[in-house]
Amino acid sequence: MSATGIGASIPRQEDHRFITGKGRYVDDINRPGQAYAFFLRSPHAHANINSIDIKAAESAPGVVAVYTGDDIAADKVGGLICGWLIHSKDGSPMNAGPHPVLAQGKVRYVGDHVAVVIAETLAQARDASEKIEVDYEVLPAVVDLASAQSGAQIHDVAPNNVVYDWHLGDKAAVDKAFASAKHVTKLELVNNRLVPNPMEPRAAVGEYEEGTDSLVLYTTSQNPHVARLVLSAFIGLAPEHKFRVIAPDVGGGFGSKIFIYAEETICVWAARKIRRPVKWNCDRTEAFLCDAHGRDHVTHAELATDADGKITALRASTKANLGAYLSTFASSVPTYLYAPLLSGQYNIPAIYAEVKALYTNTAPVDAYRGAGRPEATFVIERIVEIASRELGMDPAEFRRKNFVTTFPHQTPVIMCYDAGDYDASLKKAQEIHDTAGFAKRKAQSESQGKLRGLGYSAYIEACGIAPSAAVGSLGAGVGLWESAEVRVNPIGTVEILTGSHSHGQGHETTFAQLVSGRLGIPIDNVSIVHGDTDKVQMGMGTYGSRSGAVGMSAIFKALEKVEAKAKKVAAHVLEASEGDIEFKEGKFTVKGTDKSADWGTIALQAYVAHKFNGQELEPGLKESAFWDPTNFTFPAGVHICELEVDPATGSTTIERWTAVDDFGNLINPMIVEGQVHGGIAQGVGQALLEAAIYNDEGQLITASFMDYCMPRAHDLPSYAVGMTTTPCPSNPLGIKGCGEAGAIASPPAVINALTNAVGHENLQMPATPERVWKAAQGARLRQAAE
Amino acid sequence: MPTVSMNVNGRPRSADVDSRTLLVQFLRENLRLTGTHVGCDTSQCGACVVQIDGEAVKACTVLALSCDGSNVLTIEGLANGNELHPMQEAFREHHGLQCGFCTPGMIMTAVDLVRRKGNNLDEMTIREELEGNLCRCTGYHNIVKAIAAGARNMGSAPQSKAAE
Repeated sequence: MSATGIGASIPRQEDHRFITGKGRYVDDINRPGQAYAFFLRSPHAHANINSIDIKAAESAPGVVAVYTGDDIAADKVGGLICGWLIHSKDGSPMNAGPHPVLAQGKVRYVGDHVAVVIAETLAQARDASEKIEVDYEVLPAVVDLASAQSGAQIHDVAPNNVVYDWHLGDKAAVDKAFASAKHVTKLELVNNRLVPNPMEPRAAVGEYEEGTDSLVLYTTSQNPHVARLVLSAFIGLAPEHKFRVIAPDVGGGFGSKIFIYAEETICVWAARKIRRPVKWNCDRTEAFLCDAHGRDHVTHAELATDADGKITALRASTKANLGAYLSTFASSVPTYLYAPLLSGQYNIPAIYAEVKALYTNTAPVDAYRGAGRPEATFVIERIVEIASRELGMDPAEFRRKNFVTTFPHQTPVIMCYDAGDYDASLKKAQEIHDTAGFAKRKAQSESQGKLRGLGYSAYIEACGIAPSAAVGSLGAGVGLWESAEVRVNPIGTVEILTGSHSHGQGHETTFAQLVSGRLGIPIDNVSIVHGDTDKVQMGMGTYGSRSGAVGMSAIFKALEKVEAKAKKVAAHVLEASEGDIEFKEGKFTVKGTDKSADWGTIALQAYVAHKFNGQELEPGLKESAFWDPTNFTFPAGVHICELEVDPATGSTTIERWTAVDDFGNLINPMIVEGQVHGGIAQGVGQALLEAAIYNDEGQLITASFMDYCMPRAHDLPSYAVGMTTTPCPSNPLGIKGCGEAGAIASPPAVINALTNAVGHENLQMPATPERVWKAAQGARLRQAAE
Repeated sequence: MPTVSMNVNGRPRSADVDSRTLLVQFLRENLRLTGTHVGCDTSQCGACVVQIDGEAVKACTVLALSCDGSNVLTIEGLANGNELHPMQEAFREHHGLQCGFCTPGMIMTAVDLVRRKGNNLDEMTIREELEGNLCRCTGYHNIVKAIAAGARNMGSAPQSKAAE
């Protein structure tokens, strides 16, 4: 391992600009002559719009333009799309209602886009928006999953508000297994609705370049090329060769910045109309109202076990709330990102899942860190835990007894696990955590009137998304490869152009480590270019923990081509045959001789082209590659949460957290551990603190940081993080991906620990002090009686 | 429009501003000092923390006009030329940042924390004192480590005067 190559925990290359205030986020970008957009949003969850009067607003001070849905329709601006087609059980395609960027006669959630005011200053735009008069005919709102099918119809195309009624697995086999089960464990659970809340709110600057009749959009995107593709091919703003999308430094995403939203679309559309740049910056309340939310499932699950405590079947019936419109990848989250993970780390012969996705008058719901996999993990890790308790078995031993132990392992729900050692992670986690000492610690807690609990979560997820043909066959509208280009400069410095996008993941460091190690050049001689469709030809972006497994594999492939070409050049320079050239640690040598040339010399020779015939060997040193994965990757591990509950107040304190993960090979362990920490924090937030709550009228009553409980430093513990390694056989670097694991693993670990502490299973997320206090009362009485 | 004048990062700065202009808007829009960030509209997230006359303040809670005549220090003024402030260095060394958006506010808060509580900070103190700063990326684990290390190093290393 070189000092800056693969496996080195070096500090990040990108940090200097962030710690000195020199980052360049979208809101830091200002274009000459820019005007400011402010959106008038619906105050009602469900209403017909009878009329909109914009006259007074148009003549307000500083106003440049006011647009409504009529202008969008007149310009034939296409609606927002959902890029994954799901079919129902009966074969019918999902019921996708239209999703206009400005309302066409109807609003469907609080925050829905009614009009945009563009003015010289933001304050003027905001002031003028108050002069717009909208005549609403308020309709009954449908808010929760329980009443969605019987409530007012939200989209004409979707009777009973059903988007689809989908299933996966062999129902007959599952029913048969249940009929002969020795024991059946049943579980009702709610996977609470969350707001992603990256610290940087969304922002956009749209610009029209009149001389070339082309558009530029600066946007807070995790996938600028996908944004350009959708805005161009589907919404129809401009053809791709006349459209540049730039996503510079982006302040966190967690899924919420994958999607193509109305505001960004309107900024760039309006820029052409008014012939001036248009800037919009989301405030936090708008982010709560309109960024796509996450989770929001209600599930009934059953687990069948035989007399030996072996799992024989699992069935799950889930209702998923998709909100008022189908966001960009919404349909895939409760289907193919969810049910194929229900097998967990276990050998389960038969699985059947059915999912009913429903419209409600709430913000659209789409991928949020983990996307479907946390929901699956919560189902399987809760029900496995409860089954072990019902059977009187140790939860770790019950898991161990049912672990998949041979690979490849084909589950009954699509996935073929390629590599893993689940017992190794469990064993290591138990050692680090000192689970053997738990009984003593519990007794200590009890002596102080506290309840102590320990909970496991043995999660698995599917990353490295994904083999293009495979996802295509499941309904995806895109291929999920990644692209890379390696440009070697004549002095041997290297620029890597990647379709992945870094918004906190540290690609400028990890990608450079790959190159530095491979080419034997200083890491400072490598720059990573991303986030600009005019520089990087194409890319699919960053989500689903895919940038290491897929993005870096593309770079690896391009580096192989560069090395092969450089060897040809070296053969001419060193006057040897190509087959005798060896390349190692930045040096080309001729096998069996002392003849050598360094990397920089060969790079220069490739460009000056003096030593070879330019007709036989092309000058230059630049190669590109597309990497299409051959399988998903399967990160897996074991998290253990140990916590203490004060039964008098219901307050929960996490006392110990151990995470042992198998991410395959690691590029920069320091960065990987940081990803784990952040993921756990979001999962603990889901388990204990966070919930997006709508009232019966569809008003989001948790629409600020004062009302929505974000995890703060004092809510969280420090974490003990360990690793086990089974290299991933499906990509050349052996990487599995680490971005979402913490958020996937942690919620069931917390709830398993809490239910262990209070002695029963009736506790839903978020386990607020009020809920925990109620749940703890029985335990408190028991404790008092003893 | 009234004129506001203040000393920002050691330089006298002056502008005519709408009287409702917040300090953070003045810094970002008038002075183009975009290192100070806006992450919320309820003074909860702390991405906008700067120092006014040596004390940490959320720049979204003060009007620019109320800072007339003050000394304001932002993240851009924390380093001593090319020499990073020990707290900046500690965030880099301990991977105390990921997306970087909350980072300027975290660092400015941390420097103020050391001023108030000294160079030996235990984990509980740091966690309690960060209640006004949100981070969504790091889970705080490495921020806590970075602040403890930065605080120690501020006690042993020569300081940028501006940061005191």
